[in-house]
Amino acid sequence: METLNFDFPASQTVSGRAHVGVVGSGDLEVLLEPSPDDQAHVTVRTSADGFEEIWEAVLDRFFARNDLAAAVEINDSGATPGTVTLRLAQAVEESRS
Amino acid sequence: MTAPAPTGTKFTELSARERAAALLDPGTFRELIGPFERLESPHLEPQGVVPASDDGVVVARGQLDGEEAVVLAVEGLFQGGGIGEVSGAKIAGTLELALRDAERGRTVRPVLLLESGGIRLQEANLGLLAVAEIHAAIVALRSHLPVVGVVAGMVGCFGGVAIAGGLCSYVIMTREGRLGLNGPQVIEQEAGVAELDSEDRRLVWETIGGEQRVATGMVDALVEDEVGAIAGAVRTAFDAGPPVVHRSSQVERYEARLAGMDTLDQLDGPALRALWRDDGGGR
Repeated sequence: METLNFDFPASQTVSGRAHVGVVGSGDLEVLLEPSPDDQAHVTVRTSADGFEEIWEAVLDRFFARNDLAAAVEINDSGATPGTVTLRLAQAVEESRS
Repeated sequence: MTAPAPTGTKFTELSARERAAALLDPGTFRELIGPFERLESPHLEPQGVVPASDDGVVVARGQLDGEEAVVLAVEGLFQGGGIGEVSGAKIAGTLELALRDAERGRTVRPVLLLESGGIRLQEANLGLLAVAEIHAAIVALRSHLPVVGVVAGMVGCFGGVAIAGGLCSYVIMTREGRLGLNGPQVIEQEAGVAELDSEDRRLVWETIGGEQRVATGMVDALVEDEVGAIAGAVRTAFDAGPPVVHRSSQVERYEARLAGMDTLDQLDGPALRALWRDDGGGR
């Protein structure tokens, strides 16, 4: 497994927190909480080594479209970029409900 | 917040958290030691395995028919539902608290949703110890009120967790569920394909599937893989109260059954059904 950390600029504070997904084959869990500063912080623990560039591209695109000062933890069990993006969107939606 | 799944939803398509919410009375689901407590296994990351924030077990308080209840749901998709130190402690600790409550005359109905390959191999000894504590807690608790187990599928219930199922007052299964001490692949690996071909789905389900387990009296209820059916069967089990004699206390009955078998014959599912047709057994 591999642990990766990413930071993105952000200005909109997140009000709630959310937990979605399962650490099961092809899926991931996302824990989303308010960030302590005006940045998005993402920690990824993934079972699939060597995909740092893909993670960076997926997260970069997500946080470019979603201005969220969130602390995000991802525990990944080999999810595809599409699944990662959907789970992140689900977490954001749940954090607002 | 976990929204309860509507009636008609397939139970096996739900995550452990959704299953727990689906069983409890609407609006009563409240998770204890949830993901944000980050009580994850300390043993997985050093072994190169990605941990889960709940260690694969959901502890949910709530109500069943207006009575206090606690659902312990194992997430079969995380590490095959394998029980480690933390997930095992969550289950054992909850059952021990329910026991303490029961001894003070306060009943909290315990439900176990068992989807597990057994002990998590990365935490072998600690998992074994935790499962032994779970067994002891079930046996102590079931003298006060029913302990209800559900084996819905699709992982099935094996190893030490299958023993936990066997110790429950009542076990509810679907046709898709499987319950057995050793899983079919383990049996094939240890005893050879001539003993059991784990690829032979008909043979596997005929031996350890829900329908067979109910027909041979090892399990109490066969229900559809549907939220409302399982929720109803759980409530029916609590309404029945504790069994007169627990299945796992009937040692002589089962010893006599085993003694009466001719092990030179290769038994199959239908033959065992004829031999062990459930006679009620005083339950």
